Amino acid sequence: MKVTKAKIEAKVKDETTGPGLNFEISKDRLLVVRCIGAWRIDQPWPSAKAVLRQLDSKNGIQAVAFDTKGLTEWDSSLLTVLLKCIQRSEEKRIRVDLDTLPEGIRRLLKLATSVPEKKDTGRGSKHKTLFVTIGQSTLEFFRSGKEILAFIGEAFLSFTRMFTGRARFRASDFKQIIQECGVQALPIVSLISLLVGLILAFVGAVQLMMFGAQIFVANLVGIAMVRVMGAVMTGIIMAGRTGAAFAAQLGTMQVNEELDAFTTLGISPMDFLVLPRMLALTLMMPLLCIYADLMGVLGGLIVGVGMLDMNFMEYYNQTKGAIRFNDLFIGLFHSVVFGVLVSLASCLRGIQCGRSATAVGQATTSAVVTSIVCIIVATAIITIVCNVLGI
Amino acid sequence: MPEKKSHIKANDVTMAYGDFVVMRDLTFTVHRGDVFVIMGGSGCGKSTLLRIMIGLKSPARGCIFYEDTNFWEVDPDEQDRIKRNFGVLYQSGALWSSMTLAENIALPLGQYTDLGPNNINEIVSLKLDLVGLAGFEAFYPSEISGGMRKRAGLARAMALDPEVLFFDEPSAGLDPVSARHLDDLILELRESLGSTIVVVTHELPSIFAIGTNSVFLDPETRTMIAEGDPKKLLADSTDPRVRRFLTRGEEGMGEK
Repeated sequence: MKVTKAKIEAKVKDETTGPGLNFEISKDRLLVVRCIGAWRIDQPWPSAKAVLRQLDSKNGIQAVAFDTKGLTEWDSSLLTVLLKCIQRSEEKRIRVDLDTLPEGIRRLLKLATSVPEKKDTGRGSKHKTLFVTIGQSTLEFFRSGKEILAFIGEAFLSFTRMFTGRARFRASDFKQIIQECGVQALPIVSLISLLVGLILAFVGAVQLMMFGAQIFVANLVGIAMVRVMGAVMTGIIMAGRTGAAFAAQLGTMQVNEELDAFTTLGISPMDFLVLPRMLALTLMMPLLCIYADLMGVLGGLIVGVGMLDMNFMEYYNQTKGAIRFNDLFIGLFHSVVFGVLVSLASCLRGIQCGRSATAVGQATTSAVVTSIVCIIVATAIITIVCNVLGI
Repeated sequence: MPEKKSHIKANDVTMAYGDFVVMRDLTFTVHRGDVFVIMGGSGCGKSTLLRIMIGLKSPARGCIFYEDTNFWEVDPDEQDRIKRNFGVLYQSGALWSSMTLAENIALPLGQYTDLGPNNINEIVSLKLDLVGLAGFEAFYPSEISGGMRKRAGLARAMALDPEVLFFDEPSAGLDPVSARHLDDLILELRESLGSTIVVVTHELPSIFAIGTNSVFLDPETRTMIAEGDPKKLLADSTDPRVRRFLTRGEEGMGEK
């Protein structure tokens, strides 16, 4: 074979040991791809770009052959390069001669090309235009909104079915959930509420001491905790603790087909799983809120007695005088609303969960985020309404 | 021989996920007392068809009839009434993980019968005896093996002595002996309870051992390409795709 063109080195790392790839074009337009050295998957191998460029160029290559005389070792790394060359040759309708390749490589190449690539498995273009992205997001927003409304509607129907005795769930499950989102939440609610009371008192004390009005620390802590902070802190704790648990439980049930098993038995997962969770959390939230209020006031008391030289009765009487029934009622109203929101958001995300472990994680995260956003938005709305109503 | 009575009928069913059509134009009849096998390669839409038949997913087009009732056109209460005649064994067993095996089986009994606790306990024990799990009443699903979970799932599926039993890949994940036992159990249930049985599987030994009728779903053409007794299909079918599947690829290779 007479070589008419200069030999072009594609990339040769080490002629003796490393993998190398070069080619030459004979007079009769035969492209000979030469593979040399040791090709191992654990070290970088030469790119096939230079060979592919030759195949793409319009220099009239009639056939491709391979020379593996200098090849000392090979594995899948060589196959990837050969496969690219073969596929490109076939696209360009250039004949490929595989006879010079070792038997093992030929068999693996045959295996790799025996089943044609399935064309309809693509996920579509990853690069979407701005309009497509906006359009898809808008559609997704409306679809998601529709799902949320449907879920709220179903939850309401389930609630009404309970009063007509048509929605049934197991009393033992209900007791278990009550325990999980009631008694078992007390330690964390105690700690957080006590510290929030302490922090409020500290911050207030520093400012009020400047005017000699440190006695009003009791008012500040009492009103803030009872009216809003007790409920908000309890809501956030329950979103992170119980809401996440609800979403993970329901999500795992979705993955294990347990929800399907309920549906095919004609048992509504809404009645059997969501309703007891909603009821339990909505009933427990006001109780936890009252407890959180007390712990917060206790935190304020510790600062008042320990730092501001007030005595216990003085602080108690000041707090008692400051808190109105309205404040207590508004706090409890907050907590009931948060109970409904956290349970709805968590159960919704759990039921919507996909069928993989990753989806359970996403459902849990989404449940907590949705719950906290709902709590903050609801607090803002209730505060504005109370302000407008003057209560 | 008297003509068999139709129990379930699929009429021109097309299944799709969004715009992606999985299977189209499926029309077949499951007769009362049949062991009807839905077969085809992995990912061809067998389980999706089962989900449509048991009311978990609506078809994109077409209808499923239970006797003379069009399942997807009746109101949800009527759908629930029809579903009470179903027993479903899911691929994973799908036992409710927060309940013991006894509670799993007792739940449908408590929901749909007026039986007292003693009677319910007796039936629970009987069902567990039937699947070879006597004495495991107080165990939770996480405390037993995969094969046992499947058998417990079967005990729950037949808790209400259903008219139709659906099995989604019953042999998946089981050793050959356990798979054979499950096949025997399915046949036993059909003989003793007279249930109609619908099985989704691609396990050839099971297909030939239990199937009395079948439908073959082809992923390439996205429709059914054969229907009938699997043993007869093996003997008579000339379609290379069916032969390839039923002979484990020994015949029909290379043909279109």
